[in-house]
Amino acid sequence: MKLKKILRAALFIAAVSVAAVSCKSGEKKDAEIKAAVEEKMKASPDMAGVAVAVKDAVVTLTGEVKDAATKTATETAASSTTDVKSVTNNCTVAPPPPPVPASVTTMLDDATQQKVKDGMKDIKGVTYEFVGEKVVLTGEVTKADRMKIMQMLAAAKAKSDVSKLMDKK
Amino acid sequence: MALQDKYAELISTATTMGVANIAVAEKDGVLHVSGTANSTADYDSLWALYNKIDPDMASGDLMMNIDIKADAGAQLKVTTDSTNLNIRKTPTTDGEIVGKAAHEEVVTLVEKTDDSWWKIKTKDGEEGYAYAQYLSPM
Repeated sequence: MKLKKILRAALFIAAVSVAAVSCKSGEKKDAEIKAAVEEKMKASPDMAGVAVAVKDAVVTLTGEVKDAATKTATETAASSTTDVKSVTNNCTVAPPPPPVPASVTTMLDDATQQKVKDGMKDIKGVTYEFVGEKVVLTGEVTKADRMKIMQMLAAAKAKSDVSKLMDKK
Repeated sequence: MALQDKYAELISTATTMGVANIAVAEKDGVLHVSGTANSTADYDSLWALYNKIDPDMASGDLMMNIDIKADAGAQLKVTTDSTNLNIRKTPTTDGEIVGKAAHEEVVTLVEKTDDSWWKIKTKDGEEGYAYAQYLSPM
């Protein structure tokens, strides 16, 4: 009889503790999932900016990532986390950076200097020297020649100083 | 950003004209603009606009690296002032002269070697490099 009572009590305790465990599947469990997913995001610099929200074991990812592959990677990382039911991936992919004109980075190297020499060959009354990164032009030019010089310098991607280039009177 | 404002009309005109692959960036007091214009006429009007916005292009604050669309086989007009255009064996004025194209002669583009030198072929079959400045796609 006594054994039966003990058994019943034990069963009761077991039932209560099972209930307690299943209670954990509420907010506490969501918080654990969130922490685990966040840890995975922080492990990669590309995914570090992704925000994680969890409700009823459903993970929602938001934020901007650099490309589609990274977006897929965030989803894979989140869905492979223990206890995650599903993943809603609301991450956006950043637009590609605008193109940059090549002349921004060109140097006044030998090849560029040669192109300037070639272009200036037929233009009279103008001298030029290479000072640092710039072609410094001195002299008097017609408006037509000035246009030619500027177009030639742009084609050669040579930066210039034309402050001493005067109009022919 | 100030230079982008100064040349805003130029950039919007280039965009309206359909200049391909437009790229704009400002660095060290110079605005760099690059792209490919559809025709010599578009190219010329962009340069005229530059000259209008910055009288005589005296500020030296714009690098307008716009080329003109021309594929291999395109017809090019020799736009020297009056003289013949030298055709050379190598893309430099040190290169041996292998032929000449007359002022206003029409030649064929073989390849755009770079922005300064193009490989061309005359109707007489002379082939070599000429300075791109004096060649206008037709």
